[in-house]
Amino acid sequence: MSKSKSKLTQDHFVAPYDDSVSFDELPDAPPRSKFRFSFTGWLGLIIVCFWVTIAITGPFIAPYGENDLPFPDAYSEFQVPQPGAWLGTDVTDRDILSRLIYGAGRTIGIAFLATTLAYIIGVILGIGAAISNPKVDMVISRINDAILSLPTIMLGLVVVAAIGSSIPVLISTAGVIYASVVFRLARALGQEIMVMDFVEAARVRGEGLWWIITKEIWPNAAMPLMTDFGLRLIYVILFVSSLSFLGLGVQPPQADWGSMVRENLGALQYGTSIIPVIAPAIAIATLTVGINLIVDDVSAYSGGKLSKRL
Amino acid sequence: MLSLIIKRLGIGLITVIAVSLIIFLGTKILPGDAAQIRLGQQATVENIAAFRARLGLDQPYYMQYLNWLYGFFTGDMGTSLASDKPITELIYDRYENTLYVSTLTALIGVPISLALGIFAAMFPGSLYDRFLTMISVSLVASPEFLTATILVLIFVFGIGWGNAVVVGSIEGKGFFELYRHFAMPITTLCFVIASQLIRMSRAAVLNVMNSPYIEMAILKGVPRKRIIFRHALLNAIGPIVNVVALNLAYLVTGVIVVEVYFGYPGLATLIVQGVQTRDFVLIQGLGMLFCLTYVILMLIADIAAFASNARLRHPK
Repeated sequence: MSKSKSKLTQDHFVAPYDDSVSFDELPDAPPRSKFRFSFTGWLGLIIVCFWVTIAITGPFIAPYGENDLPFPDAYSEFQVPQPGAWLGTDVTDRDILSRLIYGAGRTIGIAFLATTLAYIIGVILGIGAAISNPKVDMVISRINDAILSLPTIMLGLVVVAAIGSSIPVLISTAGVIYASVVFRLARALGQEIMVMDFVEAARVRGEGLWWIITKEIWPNAAMPLMTDFGLRLIYVILFVSSLSFLGLGVQPPQADWGSMVRENLGALQYGTSIIPVIAPAIAIATLTVGINLIVDDVSAYSGGKLSKRL
Repeated sequence: MLSLIIKRLGIGLITVIAVSLIIFLGTKILPGDAAQIRLGQQATVENIAAFRARLGLDQPYYMQYLNWLYGFFTGDMGTSLASDKPITELIYDRYENTLYVSTLTALIGVPISLALGIFAAMFPGSLYDRFLTMISVSLVASPEFLTATILVLIFVFGIGWGNAVVVGSIEGKGFFELYRHFAMPITTLCFVIASQLIRMSRAAVLNVMNSPYIEMAILKGVPRKRIIFRHALLNAIGPIVNVVALNLAYLVTGVIVVEVYFGYPGLATLIVQGVQTRDFVLIQGLGMLFCLTYVILMLIADIAAFASNARLRHPK
């Protein structure tokens, strides 16, 4: 402050820039700060990449099949970690490590597909509601509010009780339930952007609806929606794991992190090793915390404080 | 003000009706019907028809729905398909257990988390604040069963405090036994709601602390303690009530996983059993009960939010 003030007294025209920068060097627009991960962001990225790699390559790197017994001759339950079964065995003597690897694919895959489905439904309806006439908007919003005001687990319970549990049912249930949250965000964003000057200008120019959506609204709504996608993914992972933990998600003998915790709960009382319970639970927690760390960095870059909503 | 509350109550009522419709239709779209399930495969057509008439299943859907709704609010939720007992009786056996756990959690967890959150807001950016934020972020992102497992490892196996599994009923047990009974589920639930509560109450107080009148008080030279207790906290009460009600609503869902984890004989384990045995009458009744509690708590949160905020009360 004091520097520019003293300059003002010297001559009349002073640019509010550092005097080492001449006007020719100034770019047309303020320089866009380059996106960089912080330390925690890198950590999150490494964790998430690790789990995604395992999820994709799962069947090829697992030492055993998901229902194979590593020690068919010495049948027992909850064996301690040893060569041949590096994390020990579970309640029916299957290899924990292999089940964890197979479970990674299922848990991450289901959660990712469900979140994607939620986004497809939510964004289409949300932006649609924002640009359609107020009556249609009100009807969709009211229905959405009713779904939003229900506990998600309870909705999941009712649907699973009605149709029975399978992976497609899980994906579509979680997708529809979480679409209501996405809808609200997409609608709010759409409304906000709709009244901005550049959209009005496009309208006055006579651009079509499709052009306005793809060229004006979408580029502006994309970044907040991307960060929210990460957050939503966390919730869906927790939702699907909780349903599996309750015995209503992925059905045995298929491995999934939530159902692994459920199957092996007895290890806490009778077992010689606590790994069967703690390993899948920690796997879920590292994945969700990892995603959260990435989301934090990205939302800080895009200016919003989306992570506060978690 | 009053008209706004009435309007909110109206929206709440519509939500309850929508909820009841979702639950009712949700349990109606499945193949087969209650009479078939109840009587089994061997039942004759006449038997099933007679039984359907007794259950009222021969009536059109809207009559069934109205009957069910009327029954729910007059305390008759029908008869369980799995155990042949009235639903109200099944609930009566269990509701005390759930009520104990959730009330005790609220009584213990809410004041402690509020104190922690407000304290963090008093010193934003301090080491304590950052530590607390880190802990609560990882707690929010962890599944309830991880929190439970870690707590069991620390308290039950480490210190020898409380039981890892809750067995039997609570009747006829002394204070010490009861304490061992409830210790782990309540501690876990406290952690589950604390994670959200700390973050939200911190944000609520910080929000007030950033307002111009607090800046004015600071510039005037009001001592820090007085600013927080006389100026900030009074205005933060509304948002804090909102946050507490929201978190008690989360407790309704959190209790499901925690009860199942500890094998606790409460309402949540009852509904999970209901889903496994496909006892639709039970799911309808209990699901409605849970959703109703949730909706009422959300409504309280909503009303507290705008009762405390003049801007929401008088929208432009």
